[in-house]
Formats: sequence, structure tokens, C-alpha cells
Amino acid sequence: MTQSNYFSRIFGSSPVTPLQKHIDKVVLCVEELIPYFEAVISNDWELAATTQTKLVDLENEADEIKNDLRMNIPSSLFMPIDRRDVLEVLDLQDHIANKAKDISGLTLGRKMSLPESISSAYMEFLKRCIDATRQAQVAINELDELVVTGFRGDEAIRVKKMIEELHIIEGETDEIQVTLRAEFYKVEKELSPIDVVFLYKIIEWTGDLADTAQSTGNRLQLMLAK
Amino acid sequence: MEHTTIFLILAGCFGLFMAWGIGANDVANAMATSVGSKALTLKRAVIIAAIFEFTGAFLAGGQVTSTIRKGIIDADLLSGSPELLVYGMLAALLAAGIWLLVASKYGLPVSTTHSIVGAIVGFAAVGIGVEAVNWGKVGAIAASWVVSPVIAGTIAYALFRSVQKLILDTADPMKNAKRYVPVYIFLTGTMISLVTMFKGLKHIGLDLSKTESYSLSLAIGLICAFIGAFFIRKISFNEERNQSNHFHDVERVFGVLMVFTACAMAFAHGSNDVANAVGPVAAIVSVVTNNGEITQKSMMPIWVLLLGSVGIVAGLLMYGHKVIATVGTKITELTPSRGFCGELAASTTVVLASGTGIPISTTHTLVGAVLGVGFARGISALNLRMIGSIFMSWIITLPAGAILAIIFFYILKTVFA
Repeated sequence: MTQSNYFSRIFGSSPVTPLQKHIDKVVLCVEELIPYFEAVISNDWELAATTQTKLVDLENEADEIKNDLRMNIPSSLFMPIDRRDVLEVLDLQDHIANKAKDISGLTLGRKMSLPESISSAYMEFLKRCIDATRQAQVAINELDELVVTGFRGDEAIRVKKMIEELHIIEGETDEIQVTLRAEFYKVEKELSPIDVVFLYKIIEWTGDLADTAQSTGNRLQLMLAK
Repeated sequence: MEHTTIFLILAGCFGLFMAWGIGANDVANAMATSVGSKALTLKRAVIIAAIFEFTGAFLAGGQVTSTIRKGIIDADLLSGSPELLVYGMLAALLAAGIWLLVASKYGLPVSTTHSIVGAIVGFAAVGIGVEAVNWGKVGAIAASWVVSPVIAGTIAYALFRSVQKLILDTADPMKNAKRYVPVYIFLTGTMISLVTMFKGLKHIGLDLSKTESYSLSLAIGLICAFIGAFFIRKISFNEERNQSNHFHDVERVFGVLMVFTACAMAFAHGSNDVANAVGPVAAIVSVVTNNGEITQKSMMPIWVLLLGSVGIVAGLLMYGHKVIATVGTKITELTPSRGFCGELAASTTVVLASGTGIPISTTHTLVGAVLGVGFARGISALNLRMIGSIFMSWIITLPAGAILAIIFFYILKTVFA
């Protein structure tokens, strides 16, 4: 007789929890870049390879959450957030994990070692970019509270501050990137031109982590403004 | 009149069966919100439901019962053949009960209220004559089925917006929760007791004047608020949990409020839905005990309401608790701050309808209230397709109840004639 209950069926599956689970996985995945590059810098390609496998596994897990959410968000759902915004945020988060996979994939595939003179600067840059993704995670984790408060009031202000913080972090990564590129410019002539081209690519992609995290925050801000 | 004892026994059994079904199935929707939000444990929810379904049915169930009993059918037309009313009401009970069983089995969205009204209208229109139906009253009931979810939704929206404004969206939600939650408790207590008293408690020997009703209701509201405030002060707060969710402790304050709204909900449900079971019984009893005379004036015997109340509680204790548990796990989305809005809005609407003697669907009203919270951007996902299902339930339930009632009516007529 229990199936008779249609009252419970008016509640659709919430997109908020999967969105938060997804960003949690994405951040775990991106964080793997730190041990990965530590291994790369110490030229331990075996360790780098196992770390990279872990990273790819995490990226796959994030993909599963993403696909599940995409399948379970029919247009008949009535939500306080725009369905398009949800999918957009999901795509951006997905993009972060993909970039992490690309960065590790390219460096591992080409066994690209970082020139010693820029390795510590690069690590600083990477860590700050990861901080940006963590800040995006913090903001996304407020989504359930935002739903309770109807996206208004103090909670909305708190989230706005988090997003501002994200902008500041992203700004810092840009500055670090400028110095990193300047450092790298000094030594680039000593390296093989192909390596140089790809290293610039890696720097660019690493910066993309922070950029995309920022875009995620911007999307969240749009949800607040609705 | 022949067969009076058989009629009485049959009416009692069918009525008890219906009431049992209401307790087993319907009560779940009223109570699951509180269980799902974890404001109440299953055991407590069942205890509250048992007590307040009973008091609601017994104290405030009379008005709707009398509508079902004599408001839908123009009994004057039946003065020559009172047995037709007996057959018809028995048929209606059987039809609604069986239809509910079948529909529940196949997961169709049905409403007890709609089936019994459909069944009575069905047998009256076909078995006796279209003019036997009091169409004005039926029209009003049908209109109330549209209006009640809308009203509940509007109240819920307003309530939730007020909660956001006064508590959740402020700099110190905790402080404001402690300040305003007792006010909401006061509202709940006052509203329920006011409506109950205004409708009159004459049948249990309490005759209160207007002023007495007002002051007694305010007093009950205040007592509730004080009890609530006492329990809110007793909550031990957990800083650690609060970091992952800023509203964790605030929700616990609302949890206290939800205990009160759960009582209100059970009371409201009892007051409206008991009639679905005992309304027809009351009609039969009045015909049989007046020696076949159909009288519009006779008081309804108290034991009829008692029978319904006991039946609901029996159904709840024997089976309903399982349904509450199942439904509760599926609606965890409604945290206390949102769930209480739904419950308070729905119970207010239902109790008001009970007071005016209009049978409405408690579940539909609750659905309306939940949508209201959703429109205040308070729920992360609502399945709008269910609204369609609710309209479907009107289209399916009314004719199904009616057709079954007509069939049973003719069977009973053949058997006893």
C-alpha cells in the first residue's frame, strides 16, 4: 500500500547535493597535481605515473556524478535556481577537472621536466590556482544554505564575500603568472624550443584552473541575482 | 423498518474499515513531514498522531460529518423510501473503501475525500435521481478542492517569507529564532483552539461564549508558547556541526516548533477526514434509529464519531506507522524551518474547512502548502508533474467512486428488498 504515496513524489531530486559532491571530487582531483608535480620535479616518473592514475580516477568519478546529475534534471523540475545555471556550473566544474587531467597527461606523456630555476615559482603558482578552486568549492558548498534563505539576506551577502575572495585569489594567480613567465623567459633559450612551447601551454592551462574557478563563482553570483 | 440490526452492524463495520484505511494510509502524509525533517522520531510521531487524530476527529469532526451525512443529498425526496438512503450510504462506504484499496495497490494518486463524495453523488444521482443531489453544495465542495491548495500555498509562502525575513536572512539567525519561534508556536496553538471552539464543543457538554472562546484560545496559545520556549532553552548547541551548516542549530529550534505544528496537522487531519468514514454511518444510524424517518434535525450520536476516531487510531497503530516511515525517508528535503510552514499553512486551511463543514483533501492541501514554500525559493527541487497527477486524481477518483457506489447500491437493493 505504500506506493500510494504521491505526496513524497512531489519532491524531485535536488541538484544541489550532486553539484556539491561534484566540486568536492573536482577539488580532490586538482589537488593531486601537487604530489604529481613534486614527483615530476624530483624526476620520479614512476611515482608521477601512479599519482596521475589517481588523478584520472578522481576525474572519472567526478564525470559519473556529472552524468548522473545531467540525466536527473528534467525540465519539469521546479527549482529555485535556473536549470541552465545548474548545468553551466556543472560544466565549469567539469572543465576544471578536465584541465587538471590535461596538464598531468601532457607533462607525463612528454616526460617534461620543469627547469630548476622556475620549479618553485611554478609550484607557488599551481598552489594558488588550486586555492582558487578550493574557494569555488567553499562558495558552492553554501548552495544548500542559500536555498534555505531563499537566496537573500545575510547568507547571500556571505556568499558574495566568498566570491569576492575568489576574485582576489584569481587576481593573485594572474600576478604570479606574470612573474613566472618572466622567469621562464630568461631561461627559455637554453631549452629545446618544443619543450618551451609546451611549457608555456602548461602554464596557461594551470592558470585556466583559477580562471574557470572564477567563472564558477560568477555563475553562482548570477543565481543570487535572480 | 426491517433488518435494522443488520444495517447498523454493516454500517459500523464498513465505517470502521474506512476509518482504519484512513489511519493506515492518509495519516502518513500529515505526519511524514515531521518525521522526514527529523523533528520527531517515528515513535513520537505515532504517539502524537494517535492523540491528536483522535481529539481532532472527536472534538472537531462533527461539522464535516454532518455535511457528508445530509449536506450532499436532499433527503426530503427520500421520505417515502428511507431504506434507499441506507443502501446508498452503505454502497458509498464500500465503494470508497474498495476503490482506495485498489488505487493504493497500483499507486494511483487518490483522495479519500474525493472518493466518498464521488460515491455519494454517484448513488444519489443514478440510484435516486439527479434532483436528489444538492448540486449547490457539491459545487461548493468541488470549488473548495481547487481553492484549498491555493490558500494553503499562499499562507505557506507568506509564512516562509516571514521566517526568512525575521530569522534566516538576518545577521544572527540563532538569536532571532529563539525570539520568534515561540511566536509561531503561539500562532499555531491559538489558531487550532480558536477554530475548534468556535465550531462549538457542545457535543461534549462545553458551551462557550465568544469571549470565553477567544480568551481560552489565547491562553492555550500562550501556554504552548511557554512550553516551546522552555524546550528551546533546553537544546544543547553544537558548534562543530554548525560550521558545516550554519543553520544546523537554528533548524533545531524550528524542530521544537514542528512538534506543535505536527500536533496541529494531526488534529486538522482528524477533524476533516474522520467524516469520510463516519459521515455515511451517521446517516444510516439516524435513519435506522428514527424508525425510518429521515430527519434533518436529529443530533448525531457521539459514538459514531468515537467509532471513527478509534478506527483511525487503530489503522495508524497497526499499519500507518510503516507508511509514515517510508514517506518520511523520502521527504528529508523539508527541514523544520520549511516543513513547519507547510504544516501550519495546511493545518490552518484544513481546520478552517472543517469548521465550515467542507470536506477537503488534506494531502492536496499539504501539496499546495509545499508548493508555496517552493515559490519562496525554499525547496531545491519540486516535481511539477505531480500537479498534473493531482488533477488526474480528480478525474479518476470521482467517476470510479461513483460507478462502484452505483453497482453496490443495486446489489444491496436486490439483496435486502
